[in-house]
Amino acid sequence: MLEVEGLSAGYGLTFHLGGISFSVEAGSVVGVIGPNGGGKSTLLKAVAGVIPMRGGAIRLGGRPLQRRDGGLAFVPQREEVNWDFPVTANDVVLMGRYRQAGWIRRLDGADRRRAAEALERLGLAGTGHRHISQFSGGQQQRIFLARAIVQEPRVVLLDEPFTGIDQENREVLHEVIAGFARQGVTVLMATHDLDEVAATTTHVCCLAGRLVAFGPTASAYNPETLRATFGGQLAVFA
Amino acid sequence: MPGLISEPLGYAFMQRALLEIVIVGTVCGLVGCFVVLRGLAFIGDALAHTVFPGVVLSYIAGRSIMIGAFAFGALTALGIGLLSRSRRVSADSAVGVLFAAFFALGVVLISRQAGFKKDLGSLLFGNVLGVSREDVMATLIIALIVIAILFLLLKEFTLVAFDSTMARSLGYPVFALDLLLLLLVAATIVVSLQTVGNILILALIVTPPATARLLTDRLGRMMALSTLVSIIAGVSGLLVSYHADTAAGGTIVLSATALFLLALVLAPNHGLVSSYLQRRRGYHHVHHYHPIDELAPPGDQ
Repeated sequence: MLEVEGLSAGYGLTFHLGGISFSVEAGSVVGVIGPNGGGKSTLLKAVAGVIPMRGGAIRLGGRPLQRRDGGLAFVPQREEVNWDFPVTANDVVLMGRYRQAGWIRRLDGADRRRAAEALERLGLAGTGHRHISQFSGGQQQRIFLARAIVQEPRVVLLDEPFTGIDQENREVLHEVIAGFARQGVTVLMATHDLDEVAATTTHVCCLAGRLVAFGPTASAYNPETLRATFGGQLAVFA
Repeated sequence: MPGLISEPLGYAFMQRALLEIVIVGTVCGLVGCFVVLRGLAFIGDALAHTVFPGVVLSYIAGRSIMIGAFAFGALTALGIGLLSRSRRVSADSAVGVLFAAFFALGVVLISRQAGFKKDLGSLLFGNVLGVSREDVMATLIIALIVIAILFLLLKEFTLVAFDSTMARSLGYPVFALDLLLLLLVAATIVVSLQTVGNILILALIVTPPATARLLTDRLGRMMALSTLVSIIAGVSGLLVSYHADTAAGGTIVLSATALFLLALVLAPNHGLVSSYLQRRRGYHHVHHYHPIDELAPPGDQ
C-alpha cells in the first residue's frame, strides 16, 4: 500500500502543492490530472525526492518510503533527457541496476542479461549498442521503460508518458503499465490525456494546487470532479 | 630524425617535464570528460583562478604551492556548491563573483611581495621545465588519488551527469557527489598549475574531452581517447617548444587545439567532412534525433 499523508512540496516561499493525502493498494494505477501549474509534476517529483517535501509523509507498505533500495522508478519526459550524452541504450537500461549493484561495485553478467531481456521484451532486441539519439521518440521512451523494469521497483512514476507517441508505442506502454499492475507495482502517472486516464487507470488524483478529488476511476472520474479540477478550462464538460 | 626526440630526452629536466605532462595529461583527460559533459567549463575556469591567492599565500609561508592552491580550490568548490543552492543568486553570477574576488585577493596579496614578481610569469603561464623530482612525485600521488576516486564512483558520477532526477529518486546524495566532483576538478587544476599555469589550464581540461566527444558516442571510449589526445598534445607540444624555443604551456595548449580542429573536420560521424558527404548523399546529420530506419514505425515522431 502506498500512503501519502499531508504532503506539501515546492520551492521558495510559496507551496506549489499542499495538504495532499491519499492511499492506494499495491498494483493500483493512479492517474494524476489537473490544469498546468496544478501540481502534477510537483507531486511526482516530491515522491521521487527531486523536490524537497515541506511537510507530510509518504509510506510504502506501512514504512516510510525508502529510495535507496531502487524501489522507486522514474520515467522522465522526453524533453528532460540529455540526448547528446554519450550513452547507449544498454547503458541507460543498466542504470536501473545501479542500486542493486551497490556503491563502487561494477555490474555483472546477470545485470547485463536482465537489461538485454528488458530491451527484447519492449521490441528493441539487438539495438542495445546504439547511441540513444539514434532511436525514434517512441523507442526512446521504451528504453526508459526498460530501465524502470530492470529496477524491479515497487512504485513507478510516469511523467506525461502519452505525449507525442504513436499508436504502436501507445500499445507497448499499455502493456508495460498492465504488467506492473499485475506484479503489484503501484504506478503514479501524471498526464493530460484524459482518454488514457479512463482507459488505463484504477484511480484518479485530481490536483489544482490542492487535492480536489481522489478515488477509483469508475466513480471519481466524472464531469463534476473534472469541472472542479479544471475550472472553466475544459470545454468538453462545460 | 630520431634525434628530434632523443636529444631533448638527454636532459634530466626534459625527462621530468615529459613525465609530468603525461601524468597531468592523464588526469586532465579523465576528469575533463565530466567537466565537459556537465557543462562545467566556466566553473573549471573559475577554480583555476580562485586557487591563485592560495598559491601566493603558500609562497609567502614558504610551503608547497599545492597546499594553498588546494585549500582555496576546496573553498571555492564549497562556495559554488552552497551558492548554487540558494535561489537568490543565479549559479553563473555566484561563480563569477567568487572567481573575480579570489583572483583579486591574489593580486592584492602579490602586490605586497616584492620578491614574488619574477615568479609571477611562471605561475600564470606554467613552468613545466622547472619541475623538481618532488613535484613530479606529488603530482603522481595526487593524480592517482583523483583517478582512483573517479573510477570507483564512475557509475554514480555518470548517473548524476546523465539523469540527476533518477539519481535523486534512487536516494543518491547528489549534492555531495557534485561537491566531490568539484573537488576532483580542483585537485586536477592544482596538479596542472606548474605545467600550463592558471590562465591556460582550462584548455587542458576542456579541449581533449571535447575532441574525444567528436570521435565517439561511448563514455568509456571518450575517456580513453580524451586521455590519449591530452598526452599526445602534451608530449608533442613539449617537444615542439623545445626545438622552436617557445613557451611550453602555450605550445602544449596549441597542440591540443590543433588536434581538436583536426577531429572537428575529419571525425567519422560528427565531423564537418562526414556531415558534408552525408548531406550530399541525401542524409541529414544522421547522428542526432534520427530514427533507425529499419526500426522506426512509420509516422513515429
